[in-house]
Amino acid sequence: MEAGTLRGLWTLLALIAFVGVTWWAWSGRRRERFEEASRLPLEEDPHKNEDK
Amino acid sequence: MERVETYNDKVVRQFAIMTVVWGIVGMLVGVIIAAQLLWPALNFDVPWLTYSRLRPLHTNAVIFAFGGSALFAASYYVVQRTCHVRLFSDKLAAFTFWGWQLIIVLAAVTLPLGITTSKEYAELEWPIDVLIAVVWVVYAVVFFGTIAKRRIKHIYVANWFFAAYIITIAVLHIGNSAALPVSLTKSYSAYAGTVDAMVQWWYGHNAVGFFLTAGFLGMMYYFVPKQAGRPVYSYRLSVVHFWSLIAIYMWAGPHHLHYTTLPDWAQTLGMVFSVMLLAPSWGGMINGIMTLSGAWHKLRTDPILKFMIVSLSFYGMSTFEGPMMSIKTVNALSHYTDWTIGHVHSGALGWVAMISVGSMYALIPRLYGRTEMYSTKLIDVHFWTTTIGIVLYVASMWIAGVMQGLMWRATNADGTLTYTFIESLAATYPYYAVRLLGGLLVLGGMFIMAYNVIKTVAGGAARRDVPVMAPAHA
Repeated sequence: MEAGTLRGLWTLLALIAFVGVTWWAWSGRRRERFEEASRLPLEEDPHKNEDK
Repeated sequence: MERVETYNDKVVRQFAIMTVVWGIVGMLVGVIIAAQLLWPALNFDVPWLTYSRLRPLHTNAVIFAFGGSALFAASYYVVQRTCHVRLFSDKLAAFTFWGWQLIIVLAAVTLPLGITTSKEYAELEWPIDVLIAVVWVVYAVVFFGTIAKRRIKHIYVANWFFAAYIITIAVLHIGNSAALPVSLTKSYSAYAGTVDAMVQWWYGHNAVGFFLTAGFLGMMYYFVPKQAGRPVYSYRLSVVHFWSLIAIYMWAGPHHLHYTTLPDWAQTLGMVFSVMLLAPSWGGMINGIMTLSGAWHKLRTDPILKFMIVSLSFYGMSTFEGPMMSIKTVNALSHYTDWTIGHVHSGALGWVAMISVGSMYALIPRLYGRTEMYSTKLIDVHFWTTTIGIVLYVASMWIAGVMQGLMWRATNADGTLTYTFIESLAATYPYYAVRLLGGLLVLGGMFIMAYNVIKTVAGGAARRDVPVMAPAHA
């Protein structure tokens, strides 16, 4: 295969990968899981004075 | 009584405290060499105090000692909290702490002695390089071991950034440091000529991309939402941000070698990928800043958030400036001038140091059983001294750099150079003075931080291990 064709295919592959990741991230099925995940940093350690 | 599993916060405390210590040391050396450029007599004719030996000490201390300690502290804290589990191994974690400190001390001894490979940001000689590789692999074992035993299915985005930083730095360090030792203190690079230069800047630019960017983005994705009290603006954007950033960064290195013996196509490749980097960089910046959307009023009262948001603004500025400087025609003006120094410090002080300082202010009280730092007022004073210092530093170097570039390329009608090099140096003097003032302000801010941290630690609760949180959702 010619080097130029190979480069073209490589660019196409990169484009498909990018569109794929974007599609995956925005697809509806992931919404709930991502919303749950995004709350992870907000959990607080049980504070010293609030021991049960 | 049932033994409750607790977090390993000891190693986080150690690294957090050393972040402040090495921050002061590294920036102090920076101030000394800035003063030497203004008053060359300040090297006192002592070989190990010369600019050429102290400059690598400065860069190694601020990047790997200060920034490195901050990244160790943040990654160990974040991976435990977001995986709901204790670190994989206490002994190995302690090994990374003491190993990393030993490496820093060895660097502080060998660099002033003139023992160097002379590869920028990779100056340390081969025995220290071997030690770095060992400590780094153990770091990876601790981090990925912790991820492997996590209690929740999802791996939070901050951990993805930390993971990319840990893996890539291992590959870069081992690849670039390949050398043939001839004695304990001298080795020769495994690469030669142009290939050596290309390997060096493949390493150098990805150290920027994965150490100074991906690692600190991991910090940002945890501590900005935490401090703002709301989840990140768009979790989906953070996923696209991650994959596009790590895919593109790897190819940008050749922009350090424009107009050299590197083949033209490689230079152009580096330029194109550098320009493309603007998109993921700004995506990440917008994601961080917009996290405050609906809570902007918090900026009025919380100086820690101010540190974080200004750091993201500097991140945005330097990731706009970087792609612009990588364009060949712009690079023809900017390269080898102080503009580059201004650009680097806009990123290193504005982005890296400010996000680290902000994160440490958020983290340290939690590590010592307090709800906040000893003095919020002093955090605010630190914020303003740092911000003003960085603006003075960066603005003076921009002006000096553009001026130098224009003077060096100016020619008379007959083709001779208009200015001698020494004339451009003389013209730079006032800007070196302003830069020194900016550096002093930033260093002064670090002393204020040290005082605040000492008071916070002294007034902290008896060190109590925090039990691991039960996962909110299985």
